[in-house]
Amino acid sequence: MKNILLSFIITTITTGFVFAQKSERVIPSVNIKKLDGTLYNTDNIKNNGKPIIIDFWATWCSPCKAELNAIAEEYDDWQKETGVVLYAVSIDDARNVDKIAPYVNGKGWEYEVLSDVNGDFKRAMNVNNVPHVFVLNGNREIVYQQNSAAPGDDKKLYEIVKKVAKGEKID
Amino acid sequence: MKNKILSLFLFFFSYAFFQAEYIFAQGEIHGNFQVDAQYYNADSAIGALPVPEKMLMNSFTNLIYTNGSFSAGVRFESYLNSMQGFDPRYIGNGIPFRYASFNRDNFTITVGSYYEQFGSGLIFRSYEERGLGYDNAMDGISVKFTPYKGVYLKGLVGKQRYYFTHGPGIVRGFDGEVSLNEMITSMNEKKTKIFLGGSFVSKFQSDQDPVYILPQNVGAWAYRLKLNHGGWAFFSEYATKINDPSSVNNYIYKRGGGLYVNSSYSQKGLGVNLAAKVIDNMNFRSDRTAQNNDLMINYLPSLTRQHTYNLASTIYPYATQPNGEMAYQADITYTMKKNTLLGGNYGTTLLINYASANGLDTVRVPSGLGYKANYTKFGQVYYKDFNIEIQKKINKSFKFNLFYANFAYNKEVALGKVGEGMVYANIEVFDFTYKFNDTHALRMELQALQTKQDKGDWATVLAEYTISPKWFFTALCQYNYGNSIVSDRQLYPIAQIGFIKNSTRVTLGYGKQRAGVFCIGGICRVVPASNGATISISSSF
Repeated sequence: MKNILLSFIITTITTGFVFAQKSERVIPSVNIKKLDGTLYNTDNIKNNGKPIIIDFWATWCSPCKAELNAIAEEYDDWQKETGVVLYAVSIDDARNVDKIAPYVNGKGWEYEVLSDVNGDFKRAMNVNNVPHVFVLNGNREIVYQQNSAAPGDDKKLYEIVKKVAKGEKID
Repeated sequence: MKNKILSLFLFFFSYAFFQAEYIFAQGEIHGNFQVDAQYYNADSAIGALPVPEKMLMNSFTNLIYTNGSFSAGVRFESYLNSMQGFDPRYIGNGIPFRYASFNRDNFTITVGSYYEQFGSGLIFRSYEERGLGYDNAMDGISVKFTPYKGVYLKGLVGKQRYYFTHGPGIVRGFDGEVSLNEMITSMNEKKTKIFLGGSFVSKFQSDQDPVYILPQNVGAWAYRLKLNHGGWAFFSEYATKINDPSSVNNYIYKRGGGLYVNSSYSQKGLGVNLAAKVIDNMNFRSDRTAQNNDLMINYLPSLTRQHTYNLASTIYPYATQPNGEMAYQADITYTMKKNTLLGGNYGTTLLINYASANGLDTVRVPSGLGYKANYTKFGQVYYKDFNIEIQKKINKSFKFNLFYANFAYNKEVALGKVGEGMVYANIEVFDFTYKFNDTHALRMELQALQTKQDKGDWATVLAEYTISPKWFFTALCQYNYGNSIVSDRQLYPIAQIGFIKNSTRVTLGYGKQRAGVFCIGGICRVVPASNGATISISSSF
């Protein structure tokens, strides 16, 4: 009887252990669009084992734009030093969706800009509100999130990206 | 014997548990959560009425399970009771949103609740705007199918969410889009991208009217074209709808129609966008008696700049008039190059926007058709907005924005306040950020609004001190110093402290909120005046 109980407990604990061992969260597969209107599956968000930033923003979100404009000044250096790629995912709806490209080009951003007009990717990523920034490691696993964009947050973000590029742990 | 049964039972239990856990371990559960609560003080000076519950709370939690091509989710919502400014029909606890979805062989099938949009939403869009308490989620079945490269088909049937129940009507829709470049191999690499689309939406609601014969099935069609060539983009959608008498259009039997055209050009440093639309009798809801923001099937956002500065966005907000409107808008974004006289060391950005919305020029007709519209002429002015903004960075620690707007606002039409006329206002904003070091920064907004009409002049001061990446402190004060009624020259101060840790955000606030209209897209919410303490917590995991 005791043995049976013991084996039961061990089985459950080990399976629980398997569950606990699960790796980091990988980004969900959702269809959104590129700025030229072409369908884009988020499985294509990848960067050859180098870090990735996914930044949810909108044309009406001032702190989002302030941070993306601040990063834009440093983006060349960030790319040279870490190989990072930034995906700027706009959640603008039909009201402003046609204004994304003129704004992005008007500002001269070099990011990969995507349009999540129906909010499908936003919901799948459990984004409450913008700005919401994710950092992914080379295996496309989410290792860091930040739900704000204050002056200076871009520096913190880059610290994280550098750690990820070196394969260091994020605390 | 007993032991044997027990061991067998335990073995199977353990096995089942293992299996369940194994399946679970292959998938993932994630979610997000938000709670907003406010403690209310009565304040007769600003018109804040006593709240019997003293404290009100809105909350929601999303849980999503994904396992490969399968996903399922629920949203738990809690309104105990709903906060001021939200519809009181949001009351109690419930799970109004739950779904299961899987994709296989180019099919995506969703059962339960879902959000979807056809084209620009002229005849169909179901979506949520939690901050406004707006949610017209469909509940039913949705199928997406890609039969061939570049061909995207969607079909759906459902009922619309109506607070914690459903609206009386049934909504059926079909949409097809073809991406010619993907479909035709020889066009794959062409620089010009062409997309064609068409949709059909029909609603059914039984006619129980004792007097009128009302259409039980109302169909709407839309056709769209999108072109892209390098920096050029063009999009147009045309929609038409059969007669659809409703309480919003005063039960006229006229057909509805809508046209939206957008064209833009952009290159590095320059973006230009031009847009125009005509909306004629396009109120489309799954209940012909529905009013306000209830049970809307289509989405008619206003063709205006979505302002972010407080006075520009909240004092004179405008939403499309679904019964009839002609509107156009122009936007220019221009960044002057670095290291030039005007560009300075970092480049200077200039944003110019002009938006205009007028009513239709109509003549009444005696039959049940209501009116006839002449599209070659504008009707009365609903809204005009010219605004210009300069964004400049001086050095690593200092940058500023200068903003000016000139509004003409038809208060009677926009807010439905009979007897109120046109309001003409000027708004100026000086917004600057000073960085003390890599983590500490101060941002201030000095805003002023002048008008001879309505409540007269306003001033707003905002100060925001941030310590990256964890803390923010905000103080906002609005002052209606130009109100012609001296006792209404009120001060509205609000202070907030926020703490952010990764994806969790906690905000505490205290102060006075003026009565006003809060809008996102085409949807507005009337917020009554309040005085009290607020707490907001949001997180995602």
